[in-house]
Amino acid sequence: MHELSIAEEIISIVRRYLPKENNANVKTIRIKIGKLSNILPESLLFCFNASIEGTELMGAKLEMKSIPLTIHCSGCGQTSELEDYSSTCLTCGSSNIKVLSGDELQLEEIELND
Amino acid sequence: MSIITIERKILEKNDTIANQNRESFKEKKIFVLNFVSSPGSGKTSLIEKTLDVIKDNIKIAVIEGDVQTDLDAKRVAKYGVPVVQIVTNGACHLEAALVKDAFEQLNDREINLLFIENVGNLVCPAGYDLGENMKVVILSVTEGDDKPLKYPAMFRNAAVLIINKVDLIPYVNCSLSELEKNALGINPRLKIFITSCTSMEGIPEWSKWLKSNIL
Repeated sequence: MHELSIAEEIISIVRRYLPKENNANVKTIRIKIGKLSNILPESLLFCFNASIEGTELMGAKLEMKSIPLTIHCSGCGQTSELEDYSSTCLTCGSSNIKVLSGDELQLEEIELND
Repeated sequence: MSIITIERKILEKNDTIANQNRESFKEKKIFVLNFVSSPGSGKTSLIEKTLDVIKDNIKIAVIEGDVQTDLDAKRVAKYGVPVVQIVTNGACHLEAALVKDAFEQLNDREINLLFIENVGNLVCPAGYDLGENMKVVILSVTEGDDKPLKYPAMFRNAAVLIINKVDLIPYVNCSLSELEKNALGINPRLKIFITSCTSMEGIPEWSKWLKSNIL
């Protein structure tokens, strides 16, 4: 259940980026969640909504984009998408692989209400 | 519509402090292990048995992480090594900032080796770098041989796998060869030790390997 810590980190980063001079009103916060990041989107959303209640961010929407797990094999040159993590290439069995995507846990952008 | 582009890792703050910890450990020539596992797999027992074997030759300190109580710190303190207990009050993992504070409490004690015992949890600690040199994942045979497949993140980031409580293998439905195969399928570079803190099987081999890696 570290989704609460993640929600708090998101809120703290967002606050650092908000313009100080006017009362910026946040409409949407967009984040990327890789398949390997061990985050349950429903749980993160619950923690996020609970954490912004009664704050200046109340009403902000958390938009989560799931990033699939993809690997590249230097053995056969194939790039493949995996359902479950494996350190071997599904095509040729080589363990000379590199994770291309799936590790993401990134805050992309904030959209403000004008 | 105005957009503010951020493109930052959500755990960036933790990573920054972890890197500061790493620098500080390196400067003081301290080798740091982060022990991770599910609750009850034997992290504290393994630390106790390892201390028993190597504490006379190596200056060691221990940082204990638990959700509640200082029971583990009390156990480890009996071995005469400096120990700091972190109580997370509900948090399911240690973060780099907690380790930084705990390390400061060791007050520059002259040590060569630091054991960090993470909160028992096979999921959350995987995402939090503490600044350690290596993660040691412990899995007891009572947990079953499929766990590396179910919790790949933890095994993927570890350097060592310790398969503990092997004395119980006749009583549980767990195949050692299947467990090793599953773990190496997730991370072929894992160094594997098979141990029992009751019979002491494998403890000398693990301790010897540890000593040779830090000295």
